[in-house]
Amino acid sequence: MYDIKALYEAKSVENAIELMKEHPEAKIIAGGSDVLIKIREGKMAGCELVSIYGLDELRGVSMAEDGTLRIGSLTSFSHITKDPLIKKYIGVLGEAVDMVGGPQIRAIGTIGGNTCNGVTSADSASTLLAWDAIVELNGPEGVRTLPLEEFYLGPGKVDLKSAELQTALLIPKESYENCAGFYIKYGMRNAMEIATTGCSVNVRLSSDKKTLERLRIGFGVAGPVPRRARKTEEEFKGASLEAGLPEKIGDAVLKDVEPRDSWRASKDMRLHLCSTMTERAFIEAVSRCGGEIPEKA
Amino acid sequence: MIVGKSIPRIDAADKATGRTKYTDDLCAKGALVAKICHSTVTHALVKSIDTSAAEAIPGVVKVVTCFDVPEHMFPTAGHPWSTDPSHQDICDRHLLEKHVRYYGDDVAAVIAEDEIAASRAVRAIKIEYEELPFVLDPEEAIKDGAPLLHETFPNNILKHTEIKKGNLEEAVKEPGLIKFDDWFETPTVQHCHIENAICFAWEEGGRIHVTSSTQIPHITRRCVAQALGVDWGLVRIVKPFVGGGFGDKQDALYEPLCAFLTTRVGGRLVKLECQREETFANCRVRHAIRYHIISWVRKDGTLVARKVDCWSNQGAYASHGHSIIAKGMGSIPQLYPCENVEINGWTVFTNIQVGGAMRGYGMPQVTFAVESQTEDIARKLGIDPLSYRRKHVMPKGFVDGFSKNELYYDSFNETLDLGAQYIDFERKFKEYQNQTGDIRRGVGMSVFWYNTGVWPISLETSACRMVMNQDGSIQLQVGETEIGQGADTAFSQMAAETLGIPFEMVHIVSNQDTDVTPYGTGAYASRQTYAAGMAIRGCAEEFKKHILDVAYRYTRMQPYLMDIADGNIVRTTDGRVLMSLGDLSLRLLYDMEQNEHLTMEKSTQIKSNAYSFGCGFAEVEVDIPMCTVKVLKAINVHDAGTLVNPALARAQVQGGMSMAIGYALSEKMLYDPKTGKLLNGNLLDYKLSTFMDHPELEVKFVENPEPTSAYGTKALGEPPALPLAPAIRNAILNATGVPLYELPMRPHLLFKRFSEEGLI
Repeated sequence: MYDIKALYEAKSVENAIELMKEHPEAKIIAGGSDVLIKIREGKMAGCELVSIYGLDELRGVSMAEDGTLRIGSLTSFSHITKDPLIKKYIGVLGEAVDMVGGPQIRAIGTIGGNTCNGVTSADSASTLLAWDAIVELNGPEGVRTLPLEEFYLGPGKVDLKSAELQTALLIPKESYENCAGFYIKYGMRNAMEIATTGCSVNVRLSSDKKTLERLRIGFGVAGPVPRRARKTEEEFKGASLEAGLPEKIGDAVLKDVEPRDSWRASKDMRLHLCSTMTERAFIEAVSRCGGEIPEKA
Repeated sequence: MIVGKSIPRIDAADKATGRTKYTDDLCAKGALVAKICHSTVTHALVKSIDTSAAEAIPGVVKVVTCFDVPEHMFPTAGHPWSTDPSHQDICDRHLLEKHVRYYGDDVAAVIAEDEIAASRAVRAIKIEYEELPFVLDPEEAIKDGAPLLHETFPNNILKHTEIKKGNLEEAVKEPGLIKFDDWFETPTVQHCHIENAICFAWEEGGRIHVTSSTQIPHITRRCVAQALGVDWGLVRIVKPFVGGGFGDKQDALYEPLCAFLTTRVGGRLVKLECQREETFANCRVRHAIRYHIISWVRKDGTLVARKVDCWSNQGAYASHGHSIIAKGMGSIPQLYPCENVEINGWTVFTNIQVGGAMRGYGMPQVTFAVESQTEDIARKLGIDPLSYRRKHVMPKGFVDGFSKNELYYDSFNETLDLGAQYIDFERKFKEYQNQTGDIRRGVGMSVFWYNTGVWPISLETSACRMVMNQDGSIQLQVGETEIGQGADTAFSQMAAETLGIPFEMVHIVSNQDTDVTPYGTGAYASRQTYAAGMAIRGCAEEFKKHILDVAYRYTRMQPYLMDIADGNIVRTTDGRVLMSLGDLSLRLLYDMEQNEHLTMEKSTQIKSNAYSFGCGFAEVEVDIPMCTVKVLKAINVHDAGTLVNPALARAQVQGGMSMAIGYALSEKMLYDPKTGKLLNGNLLDYKLSTFMDHPELEVKFVENPEPTSAYGTKALGEPPALPLAPAIRNAILNATGVPLYELPMRPHLLFKRFSEEGLI
């Protein structure tokens, strides 16, 4: 039994915005895998909800004429994992969201919810961030877009204005073209797990597969919000794929991350893992891109 | 033979199709809902409670606080009662507490029309506390000046016992002895049974009726009556199907409070269901026990002397108390016989939640400590761990003076043979030594010690009733409970076997009702196939004798010329079927001359006990930079005597192995040192292992029939949870050369130890 004061079911995106304007205290509920838990814990008990779960227009993955991949915010994790466009262009995102919770959660949980809850451990977040995803928002003032990195304001806080709704996540063609990635979720068990820390790396290699044209690294739980390893990315742009490169990159990310001590894991341990995961994810991403890192002599 | 066959569980189809009724399924609509207001401080005196806001919430019927409950105290442990006051469980509980002793202690309760009103009211209760300093660690709690939990227990010592044998002081003077001095730490963990603790209670006919998900209906009746201060016969407990207990429900949990609450609302039906968070924070846990083991060993590995100090973290209330650590202490000089021992154990109150029974009852803890040190001894002496154990473990013919338990067979060597062969232990153990690189493999092993039931420490008893129907089938009733382990199927097989009727003709009355079920103490101590087995066999044999006596009236054959086979009365001299049991039962029941309803009931006391031994092996892969361990292969080998149902036995072992993997690698309840609050009391943050964390769980048996047992059986409920944690620990040592002294061996510990050893 959930302590819910009222539930308003939106009929369309416009209707959802209207409902939120009418009920400014109301929270949006999509799959409910976060919201219902908070209600049950008493944190949101007695709340009003605007449900957008019936808005099929926000479901599915499509490609625009300019090649931009559009993932509707209500698309479930299990849908993303199985989607042919995702598999073809950014398979790593499908793999990352396949590590969320268990099958039931992946069937109900949505990628929009996973980003709007502003949680640093979200399995989709580090990969979306590493692929320069753009957030599409729809509100009383119309549609606006902004980079996902700017969408995150702080722990549990995102740039959603009053009566505004996230409608899609966009991945421009330039972001995914000739590019491959790998995600490592570090957890204390292999299912039903929240990431202790997560690392998503993707690379673009030169046509001869000898040089690193572009390196992007996204982290979860390496700071209050998902974050990119910008300094490291810049430092190794154009680097030759030579022995010892993964270790160097692994060491370099330490200046980009700032995990904290918590009862879940110590800062030292997380720092160690950030390096190790970066190194391993980098090797896998290079391999998926058709590159090879020579063995150490 | 019906005993020994892998007959499908009799409750399988109903459970698989959702037809089985658990406690919540049986609670009538319209029941009032009770919710508990738990303390938000760890150690305090409740100064005042303001319930006015809570009472004003629509739907709230009654708020009961710690100032409204009886002053007398009661025990909760699921032990048989003792008429010897010095052996009775400690009475240290009130239904609600004015002296809060752990974070989450029960201070008040709300009864409301529905769950939402009850939850809102709980949040609206205002409590004023006078906070007291608290202590979470038993070694700290024992010190002079530590915060005191119970006035009658100075230094927070619930109990201290000592086992002393030989002359340790003299023995250690022997020249050339090698000394091993190690500390071992085990964690507080929770059972995580799928069905949370739940009960409902009402008054009817001047009596209090409670339906509860419990392992121990008859014991719970006594605890409820003691808590309420009423005659024991005024309480009735009904036990429906249970979704797992693992020892947590071998305790009176919230049945006493629920029974009390119904009396506060005129006997209306009140349901009290723990949420998962309450199962974690407010039910029972497995005790964290710390061991300091010093062993003096000859170069050939012979144990000359052993000194053990151990401390058990009891938490806030006594529950099962010292019995847990005591069981482990008793095993130490038996598993590896040693002439000179000094073992001291303290069970100490602290301000964490209450330690109770959990699968293994103190043995998972001590098995980890002893089998880890055994490995270290073998390693240091350059003896391979398999040979070391074969040479030094309890030998065939060993008799324990106290329990009179005897190792009748060469069980250890026989089980070790099977386990070592499956894992290819000897070859791999050598191959995996001195590896380099990031990813390394290792194999490890552990033996285990267990006994069956609680004799001679406590009463062992079971009673059985058989009632024959007109078609010759029977209803079978015992006080021993089905809690998911398959007991009902095993009991039915036993009854069919001895009575001589087909399995399908045994209708077991699964649900216990203390008004009608014969007395039995319930599911614990891996006792049921042993204890109930004796009651069932005794009852069935007398019943059969009686049936043959009355069959004479219709067959005119002397009883000693007849037997019952496959549901028929047969003449033993020529095997002729004289009449079916159905014919007999029908004619007898409606006999106008001399009718009789065929029934038999028998109460059986058990004054014996049985060793149950075996071993476990594991192969692991350690990812050193990632600080993770993957279990590649695992096997348990048990000599549990004759298996009543091999398929169920195998499932039972696999369940225990799964629990052991979580205990080894991931499970630990974490308490905030600053506040005393449980940090990870939910299924997300508490890392119960999942089947994605398990390899194929291999099980093998050696079936040496137990001579003292009605059907050759002995303990198989708890022992499966024992060997894998130390086996995995020893496999990590084989892989990396790094010994670990703490559970769980989660990445946090590996990061620390691999850093210390310079591996990362």
